[in-house]
Amino acid sequence: MVTKEYGRIGEKLFHAVLEDGLHIYVDSKPDYAKSYAFFATNYGGMDMRFQLDGNWYDTPAGVAHFLEHKMFDTRDGNALQELSANGASPNAFTSSAITGYYFVSTEKFEENLRTLLSFVSVPYFTPESVQKEQGIIGQEIRMIEDDPSWRVFMGLLEALYEHHPIRVSVAGSIESIAEITDQTLHACHRAFYNPGNMVLTVAGNVDPEMVVRLAREILPAEGRRDIPRDYGKGEGNKAARSEISIAMEVSTPIFQLGWKADPAPEGEERLRRQLIGELACEALFGASTPLYADLYAKGLVNSSFGGGYEAYPGCAFLAAGGESRDPWAVREAIQTEILRVDQEGIAPDLWERLKKAAYGNRVRSLNSFETICVELAQGHFAGCEYFRFPEVFDGIQKTDVEACIRDWMKSERSALSVIKPKEGNV
Amino acid sequence: MTQVTRKELLPGVHLTAVRTNKFKTSMLGLQLLTPIAKESAALNALLPSVLRRGTQNHPDMESLSAALDELYGGTVEPMVRKKGEAQCVGFVGSFLDDAYTPDGSRVLESAAALMGDLLLRPAEGKGGFRTDYVEGERANLVDRIRAQVNDKRQYSMTRLTQEMCAGEPYGIDKLGDEASAAAITVEGLWKQYHELLRTAQIELYYCGSAQGERVEKALVEALRDLRAGERAGQGTSAPVLHAQRGSPRLVIDAMDVTQGKLTLGFRTGGATVRTGDFPALLVLNAIYGGTPTSKLFLNVREKLSLCYFASSLLEKFTGLLLVSSGIEFDKFDEAKAEILAQLDACRKGEVEDWELEGGRRSVVSNLYTSMDAQSPLEEYWLGQAVAGLTETPEELAERVERVTKEQIVEAAGHLELDTVYFLKGREEN
Repeated sequence: MVTKEYGRIGEKLFHAVLEDGLHIYVDSKPDYAKSYAFFATNYGGMDMRFQLDGNWYDTPAGVAHFLEHKMFDTRDGNALQELSANGASPNAFTSSAITGYYFVSTEKFEENLRTLLSFVSVPYFTPESVQKEQGIIGQEIRMIEDDPSWRVFMGLLEALYEHHPIRVSVAGSIESIAEITDQTLHACHRAFYNPGNMVLTVAGNVDPEMVVRLAREILPAEGRRDIPRDYGKGEGNKAARSEISIAMEVSTPIFQLGWKADPAPEGEERLRRQLIGELACEALFGASTPLYADLYAKGLVNSSFGGGYEAYPGCAFLAAGGESRDPWAVREAIQTEILRVDQEGIAPDLWERLKKAAYGNRVRSLNSFETICVELAQGHFAGCEYFRFPEVFDGIQKTDVEACIRDWMKSERSALSVIKPKEGNV
Repeated sequence: MTQVTRKELLPGVHLTAVRTNKFKTSMLGLQLLTPIAKESAALNALLPSVLRRGTQNHPDMESLSAALDELYGGTVEPMVRKKGEAQCVGFVGSFLDDAYTPDGSRVLESAAALMGDLLLRPAEGKGGFRTDYVEGERANLVDRIRAQVNDKRQYSMTRLTQEMCAGEPYGIDKLGDEASAAAITVEGLWKQYHELLRTAQIELYYCGSAQGERVEKALVEALRDLRAGERAGQGTSAPVLHAQRGSPRLVIDAMDVTQGKLTLGFRTGGATVRTGDFPALLVLNAIYGGTPTSKLFLNVREKLSLCYFASSLLEKFTGLLLVSSGIEFDKFDEAKAEILAQLDACRKGEVEDWELEGGRRSVVSNLYTSMDAQSPLEEYWLGQAVAGLTETPEELAERVERVTKEQIVEAAGHLELDTVYFLKGREEN
């Protein structure tokens, strides 16, 4: 067990690695009533094609998410119920790259952690329970299909990427989930839910030795399995399509404008690019820029407008969007600003303020245990130490951000996704 | 640890200050409280965003943003909320706590001054406010009111309360209505601004590591130009509780949706945050539909696969319990029957020990975790200010620990179905 203090951000972190390959991080928070435990696997919606014991498997879209739903079933009942009955607030999510299970509790932390570690490692599904879940997940798919902010974002990914699995909905479709059987789920669980492919992050007033002891006691002794994944042949740098739009019952158009960045390597460079990407968005159209003030005053964007950078294995992108009566005008204005910054650079006083604000915002986000645990986990899977962000910030220059804008935010790398109101709506 | 104090700084201006070292940020809140009314709701709702556009010192958003960036990425959000029949408009500011600034610089005094500027020294134009600010934000407000239709789950709840509480102040949306919003003029808004400053109760809030005296000094200084007005002596009055109107109503809307939204509104028979049975009501709500181990989740979702979500929530100021679920269009009768059957089970005392304890633990846990984050804590104390209560989350949790099954059954017995609202898909031609 290694203890490290991060004085600049007031955090104290314990780190241990078990014999079976599991990494455990415990962030000490003595003043809080609540504790947060996050148990995640490096397996998400885009991991549809993988190799296990020498064989390649092709699975339908939606397996990782389906598995997440079913993991709560145990031989004795349901772990969601068990945790709730103990006063814990449990939940789970599946992203394109990871699946995470977590709970927040103010009491009986050890008991709840025991439940969390057990239900995630021991799969229990039957053909009947799989069938029943089809109905529930079917409803979830319908619910998100009605959600314009989800649809506009999926549209962006479909437009940017020709075939990278990031463009496939994590929940799958009604048709794809119909192909999922209990055997599929067992195979995927065996492949990805092994301690070497997982991480446990905890924040709270918790004894790290207790966490390690429990994990050692409950998790399978067998070690890491190397699970190669195949995300398809390499994507080019250009966006697959420059524009995509559909009509839905919304009151005003909603858009996402995105740019395909180069895929980010693992290690601290991943964190560095994350910070640079965010600074690029802030410098171009963040709340303190002349461009944002202009677009806002013209009524072309409102407070729903925002942007950022995201990186996954094999792909990375920048995106900005929100509601607008004329998304095409917003795109044009942003593209003009990109060209201007390519010529003139970012104004030095703007740069100084942005760096201060970005740093402050990262420190502020440590108020959230969820942010701490999820960032530590994602950082671990990407091979970087999240709490080193102050040091990484120190090393970022204005020229780094200008290079990001110049190299990646080009119009041939860009796509616009729009959800328009149906005719006769407005 | 954490200390909470409440003090009247000026007549009708109260400060709730929470002193703690546990957050990376300090929070400052400034709210104007007024009874919600049709004539003024939209005007009041528009004020915070217009004020947020610029001050005399920082006349536009770029300048304001720059000032906030200098404070290490501080944020000030315009807030429009409704707590029972009180409309609460103002600002919530979040700043890096002085303990974490890289060079030890002090942020609190500048942050308080900025918020005082936002309230009292707006950027001015011919009609009082700048015309372009009013017109721009008015359009945003109209858009926001119209956009309520986008989130179908939220929209169906809004429609339910509109229908259920038509003619009551609570039935008025916190943003007002579209026609009133569209009709706002610069002069009208300027007039309402001064009227509100003159008559509204003002609730100030602080949470962070600074000493009480320093906070009071910073806020009094920031509000030095605030005139006494007629807010002194106005207590927070309890809302008039509206009883059931005969048998339950059914309201149906049709839109282009793939999933139906079924919502049910119940009156609690007078039980609210101020009455002795409030803790029992909280636990009842948790048992009925407030958690993934609740009766609604386990039966309407898990057992019958009728929906992806089925839950209940409590409106604690006016005494309402609202159920919400997403279902296939043709499952209306089945889902409604099951939702009502599960409430009946509560009324008959068909609540097992594990359900009771699970509900209790969930409520207690939520109260303790609300003290572990800035926003829910601010929300809690604003609610207490509106209700005229000073009980802390810990003290309320103590009362919840003592709730009995009989009290829960009694609370369930007082619930009466008032209105059912169903949002379904359009018929195919």
